[in-house]
Amino acid sequence: MTAQLDEALLRGLVPGVLGVLVRRGADFAAAEDAVQEALVEAVRSWPADPPRDPRGWLVTVAWRRFLDATRSDAARRRREDVVDVEPAPGPVSEVDDTLHLYFLCAHPSLSPSSAVALTLRAVGGLTTRQIAEAYLVPEATMAQRISRAKRTVAGVRLDSAGDVGTVLRVLYLVFNEGYSGDVDLAGEAIRLTRQLAGVIDHPEVAGLLALMLLHSARRPARTRADGSLVPLAEQDRALWDTRLIAEGVDVLQRALARDRLGEYQAQAAIAALHADARTAEETDWVQIVEWYDELVRLTGSPVARLSRAVAVGEADGPRAGLAALAGLDPSLPRHTAVAAYLHERDGDRALAARRYAEAARSATDLRERDHLTRQAARLNAQRGG
Amino acid sequence: MAKYLLLKHYRGAPAAVNDVPMDQWTPEEVTAHIQYMNDFADRLRENGEFVAEQALAPDGLWIRYDGEGRPPVTDGPFAETKDLIAGFMIIDVDTSERAVALAGELSAAPGAGGKPIHEWLEVRPLYGEPPLITE
Repeated sequence: MTAQLDEALLRGLVPGVLGVLVRRGADFAAAEDAVQEALVEAVRSWPADPPRDPRGWLVTVAWRRFLDATRSDAARRRREDVVDVEPAPGPVSEVDDTLHLYFLCAHPSLSPSSAVALTLRAVGGLTTRQIAEAYLVPEATMAQRISRAKRTVAGVRLDSAGDVGTVLRVLYLVFNEGYSGDVDLAGEAIRLTRQLAGVIDHPEVAGLLALMLLHSARRPARTRADGSLVPLAEQDRALWDTRLIAEGVDVLQRALARDRLGEYQAQAAIAALHADARTAEETDWVQIVEWYDELVRLTGSPVARLSRAVAVGEADGPRAGLAALAGLDPSLPRHTAVAAYLHERDGDRALAARRYAEAARSATDLRERDHLTRQAARLNAQRGG
Repeated sequence: MAKYLLLKHYRGAPAAVNDVPMDQWTPEEVTAHIQYMNDFADRLRENGEFVAEQALAPDGLWIRYDGEGRPPVTDGPFAETKDLIAGFMIIDVDTSERAVALAGELSAAPGAGGKPIHEWLEVRPLYGEPPLITE
């Protein structure tokens, strides 16, 4: 074994180890602290002295840390009776332990930001500092967010059934709003979704995994060296990760074969059709529109309707796209940007330039704003020249 | 999950309801005001919503480039500059509604007569990162 610790492998053991402690009777918050301490110990000692059974080692060390903490707690409170917790034989499988932990960390009583933070720490095994750095908040703030989240779910029984939909929404957030710091949150979201797919057989889990893989495949092409965004149609498709695409398509096809369609499978199908086109011109927009129809039917989401208008504009021409856009709420995010794009394709450059400038003012991230500003400037320069 | 800047103005904001200059409050009212602000920040720290806060000195200079090889031009401070920022706080919250609620709470800080100032605070979203899934 090399001196380099396989951090992903180590963190992959976290949910199972935590599950064992909770099943033995440790309360969730204390168990989670103990597992974090065991991880720190593993990072310190494994490179020089790798254990033969990494998971067993973590369980032993974490359980000892938990007992130590409980004993000192109890001594402080003069309540010696709580320390007699002996490991019970485990009738529950590691698979169930892991699954229940996902449900607990995405519990509906948690706000989205709390569920994300708790999932990354308790299921992902990231440190509080790593999570704080990823979301650009002080470590003390993230520590508070996590400990409040742990208190919120403290009374939730681990054996109560959860809704996989809430877990998927949290993982989607981690992936899609992953900040671009040292911690690769999109990569972490993929790892956690892959791990979830290993313990639950559900077509939407597979659908979300496929969606993540297919979008992740485009990451090398979506920004230029200076950090500016490259729209899908202008991306150098040779930079797309063909291995991720192949895996995403494979995962998606097996999910679709189950014939239990859901929103993540539909979104992944759209991403797969883009991935399938060797050039932007070869994109099968007619099929993409059909998938958007499915997505709208499944979710009723205004955001899906907006994306559908773009696809209709490509499949049936900009007038049809503008007609599809006409019925939608203009205050939707990116509505004005979509209108600008369709007006330009319809030949109305003056209106398109104005819409791009408006869209730039209402953008919610800097790179999108800069991209839209450049679009407006390009059209204005063409009209002036 | 989005970050917002809460901006407090010395000048330039619309007039507050309880609009008495701070130097005409009683010392106890000044202390109570500062305590309220500190307690507010502490609550945000405990909530896991606090990012940063900073008060700013009022005497600022205006500076501009004046050409190759020349020192920058400075001007001011201007006692009558229309807009003057007193300080800011950055919060990280789940919704824009939450940002508005917190700003409302901060605006209730006590002033003259121990009554809320009802001062106008400016709430500005910070730019986030572009989402990975855009279609």
